[in-house]
Amino acid sequence: MTTRNSEVIRVEDLRRVYTTGKTKVLALRGVNLTIERGEMVAIMGASGSGKSTMMNILGCLDQPTSGRYLLDDVRVDGLSKNELADIRNTKIGFVFQGFNLLARTSAIDNVELPLLYDRSGRIGNTKEKAKAALEQVGLGERLDHEPSELSGGQQQRVAIARALVTEPAILLADEPTGNLDSRTSVEVLALFQSLNDRGITIIMVTHEPDIAQYCKRIVEMRDGLVLRDEPVQGRHRATADLVTLQPLETAEAGV
Amino acid sequence: MKASRLIGIAGQSILKNKMRTLLTMLGIIIGVGAVIVMVAIGQGARTQIQSQIDNLGTNMIVITAGATRTGGVSQGAGTSRRLSMDDAEALKRESILLNAVSPVVSTFTQVVGGEGNWRTGVNGVSPDYQTIRDWQVTNGRFFDDAEVRSIRKVAVLGATVAENLFPGQDPVGEQIRLRNVPFEIIGVLAKKGQTAEGNDQDDIILAPYTTVQTRLRGRSWLPQILASTAVPGDIPAAQREIAGILRDTHQLASYDEDDFTVRNQADLATAAKGTTEVMTLLLAAIASISLLVGGIGIMNIMLVSVTERTREIGIRMAIGARGGDVLTQFLVESIVMSIIGGLIGVGLGFASSAVVEQITGWGTAISPAMVGVAIGFSAAVGIFFGFYPARKAAALDPIQALRYE
Repeated sequence: MTTRNSEVIRVEDLRRVYTTGKTKVLALRGVNLTIERGEMVAIMGASGSGKSTMMNILGCLDQPTSGRYLLDDVRVDGLSKNELADIRNTKIGFVFQGFNLLARTSAIDNVELPLLYDRSGRIGNTKEKAKAALEQVGLGERLDHEPSELSGGQQQRVAIARALVTEPAILLADEPTGNLDSRTSVEVLALFQSLNDRGITIIMVTHEPDIAQYCKRIVEMRDGLVLRDEPVQGRHRATADLVTLQPLETAEAGV
Repeated sequence: MKASRLIGIAGQSILKNKMRTLLTMLGIIIGVGAVIVMVAIGQGARTQIQSQIDNLGTNMIVITAGATRTGGVSQGAGTSRRLSMDDAEALKRESILLNAVSPVVSTFTQVVGGEGNWRTGVNGVSPDYQTIRDWQVTNGRFFDDAEVRSIRKVAVLGATVAENLFPGQDPVGEQIRLRNVPFEIIGVLAKKGQTAEGNDQDDIILAPYTTVQTRLRGRSWLPQILASTAVPGDIPAAQREIAGILRDTHQLASYDEDDFTVRNQADLATAAKGTTEVMTLLLAAIASISLLVGGIGIMNIMLVSVTERTREIGIRMAIGARGGDVLTQFLVESIVMSIIGGLIGVGLGFASSAVVEQITGWGTAISPAMVGVAIGFSAAVGIFFGFYPARKAAALDPIQALRYE
């Protein structure tokens, strides 16, 4: 069906055990998952289902206790801390629930930041690159605004630009709409969908079924295992939904 | 990651938190400032004492009559009567290294003349005394060898004596009476000020030693002979030469001890210099403690800063900063702050030194070496006290750091 190199993520028998004192907590009990390029996947589950642990391991912030993890054809499990940092820098773009921008730092400087940590030397003009990324998310006019001068939706778009600027293999979003009102949420989802339409792989962790409906595939977890893994039936298009939503004074177009 | 980029990141971070940066630097600013001021005052004191010693004549050699012994009881220096005019003349005649030799015959007497009377010391000396003490005449002239030979009753007044007997007048050409002997005033000496011990060097009258000897003192032996060399380097050799000549004229056998002592001004200068060096060191030590406290201040703020910026560190790590990058960033931040603080401290030190000089009138001297040491030391403080917080930041777990509220 699929050729080997169309897979961007391949996880086999992934286990993660937390040891606190004498008690052992099995957060992941042998997860198998394959994600192909260009997919838009929602990872769902209640708290304690293991979805946060899954997210941390996929994002190379944490290491599995056992199992294999291939990211973009690179074996990631067992890498050193520094190697993981470089993988995060080049192959993964993070979008967080709380935006996590640097305060008192302009949008363009925030977006430029990952490029400053690049060791490969593949990036020429980091400022130009950061500017292009901000234009891509529709914030070309707000390069010098600091986070405190931007709305929540705009802040999240700066964060998305920061995630995109290194041209990563995957975009990893952790509850990206958790801090946003419903209209802004749909706007951000419209941005995600348009990026996905351009071929960017997106993995989104959420506990809201409504949000998951904008993805192409839902992976539901429970007790450290994949409970359900199926395509989305009747996928929502955010741009279409925006029309039906009550327009707001501060509303902004998607992309 | 390039070093220039890291310095850029650290610089951004410093500039974005101006208040925090200023508070962090305050300790270093005050510490370095204090070191500069303290050392400047110490150096100033040293320069002042040095100039006072130079004032006495650094090339001066003092020859005093030795102690007499009466049945094993020593009578103390100067009690021997074996230093004579012949000795002074022999030194003048035979010495190669000495450029000036002057006998000193002192007495203490009441002076009458001008507006009243004054009690002061009278030194009978030869014209060489001017060379030995490097003492200029502001008004009139010094007496010459002919006047010494002819036992003329002429006198040169010290500035203090002149001011007291002839306030606001020119005493040259006036008469004074010493023990009822009239003397003509032929000159007034330049002001020399006080010695390091606080004696007024200007409270003196100089007259030909022959005159003082015959008219005022009436004794043939000399308590003291002063001499000097042309250059300070000749002093030790000159001291040996003097001893040789005096042993000859005194006809001492090889087993006899010297019946005179030869000392030089350099010994005194070294002792005084040593004292001020200890003082400077003490002041610097006190100031260094404040620099140390400043360093601990930097460490405290950096530690607080690591906690406060945990989330920022988490973000940086999530987007690809290595532990080493975070460590370097924090280290560079603390070094840059220390050095900037050090530079401001140097400025503050300069300003305070100027203020101290204005208010107290003490001389101060800032040495470039001290500035270098202060800045180097503050950079070292930055590295030393910045390392622990930086390592703490670098060791943070990105997941924990990102969750930190």
